[in-house]
Amino acid sequence: MLIKKGAEANLYVEDWYGLTVVKKARIRKAYRLRQIDYEIRRSRTVHEAQLLHDAKRAGVPTPMIYFIDVNRAFIVMEYVEGSRVKELLNTLPRTPRRRLCREIGGLIGKLHRRGIIHGDLTTSNMIQGTRERVFFIDFGLAEYSMEVEKRGVDLHLMKRALDSTHYAHAAECFNSIMDGYSLEVGRTTCTDVVTRVKAIAKRGRYSVK
Amino acid sequence: MNTRGPSRERSVGFGIESTAHTLGMALVSAQGEILINLKDVYAAPAGKGIHPREAAQHHCEGMPKMLRKIINGSAFSLDEVAFIAFSAGPGLGPVLRTGATFARALALWLDIPLVPVHHAIAHIELASLLTGAVDPLVLLVSGGHTSIAAFGDGFWRVYGETEDITLGNLLDVFAREAGLSFPGGAVIEALAEKGRRYLDLPYVVKGNDVSYSGLLTAALKKIHAGNRIEDVCFSLQEVAFSMLTEAMERALAHTEKTEVLLTGGVAANKRLQTMIQSISQEHDARFYAVPKEYSGDCGAQIAWTGMLAYERGVSIDVERSFVKPKWRLDRVRIPWR
Repeated sequence: MLIKKGAEANLYVEDWYGLTVVKKARIRKAYRLRQIDYEIRRSRTVHEAQLLHDAKRAGVPTPMIYFIDVNRAFIVMEYVEGSRVKELLNTLPRTPRRRLCREIGGLIGKLHRRGIIHGDLTTSNMIQGTRERVFFIDFGLAEYSMEVEKRGVDLHLMKRALDSTHYAHAAECFNSIMDGYSLEVGRTTCTDVVTRVKAIAKRGRYSVK
Repeated sequence: MNTRGPSRERSVGFGIESTAHTLGMALVSAQGEILINLKDVYAAPAGKGIHPREAAQHHCEGMPKMLRKIINGSAFSLDEVAFIAFSAGPGLGPVLRTGATFARALALWLDIPLVPVHHAIAHIELASLLTGAVDPLVLLVSGGHTSIAAFGDGFWRVYGETEDITLGNLLDVFAREAGLSFPGGAVIEALAEKGRRYLDLPYVVKGNDVSYSGLLTAALKKIHAGNRIEDVCFSLQEVAFSMLTEAMERALAHTEKTEVLLTGGVAANKRLQTMIQSISQEHDARFYAVPKEYSGDCGAQIAWTGMLAYERGVSIDVERSFVKPKWRLDRVRIPWR
């Protein structure tokens, strides 16, 4: 059963040897030239599987991987029961909202410490599962890097997702995320990254310098 | 405070566009009819980019002529004009100031309100008027903007954008450096249709954002390495547009909007239209593209957005009517949506 059409892939919930699983299929995109399309689908499938696994080792909950087919560009993974942070965040009162954001910040910090850049940090890509564990999904744009620049871009994207989708509390949420992040990566690294996030925003068009 | 003049019914909006190459003046009715839409585009010398002072000089000389054309050559009288709207930003400082100076003088002379308009929002509003889009996810692509935006709670919210140069800028600079004529977009599109071979170029998508500066450098290297210009144009378009389409599809999946609106100068490109239409269909969203003749900068976008603002009581005193060269589109409160 198709549950979500994304930019990357279609998500299907299926029964897989008695398990309820998500099949993430990177389908061919009609708008893209075949050469570009194939390379993107293949490399992102490999990457995503590797990074989903590595994220777990960093202490970040991600869906379990059961099966990968590189040539047909799909991954079979655990179905995470829970609610998307996109919907959840706007319904929470202040205290649990802040707690959730600090938790998210901590998880981003854990990824970064292990040299993982998520590449698409939005609240659509986070699920609060059972026992309030937050799962990160969708590592299709993820990569390995320890560079301040990449970390900055990661958090810049997170900030913009908050500004656009959770505008009522965007600043508060981002501050809480950075609090959680700071605890994980340390004050010095956090300051460097925050400085870079500001610099990245200024590089775009028409930013207030 | 601004006061209305004593004469007959003033119901027409006057808009002046002056942010970059294009000088435009237009009259629109409150019902959204474009009554007059005049344009005069500054052409930079071959192989050169826009020189802000030269463009300002061009517009400065063009404005009185254009106004005279409206007064003498049309059925409309300035007595019918209810307000003067001007492009207050973003754009090139000298060009913005030239247009604003003219707008202020007109507003004072006619004793009618002066209405500041954000140029990018004007692209969106004119496209909405002409296509009938109500609450779309917008892709605005021009020389000044590459932004994915949707409206929410009083402001346009930016979901994705370029992290460095814009799509229009990428095409213009590539065209200029490759010795093609200005504006680059149309020339590149024509050459790309004759391209056959795909040359590998860097594809850089960061979430809903794109980055084009590396692509520009790589495409120019392909030219210098002796590849056919047609093949480079073809590959450049394919990569640049695919990146944006992917970012747009991600934003569409995230926002779950049911309408998609493509606007701005580069919206005239057929290949880009096809790609954006393709993802719109995939997500059951209605696809709208601004009509070609209104895709580029023009007075009508300013006049119409000015009308929307004016009807909600937006105006500015001449003493405070500063231009804003770096005005971001998500910083403008929108009282009419």
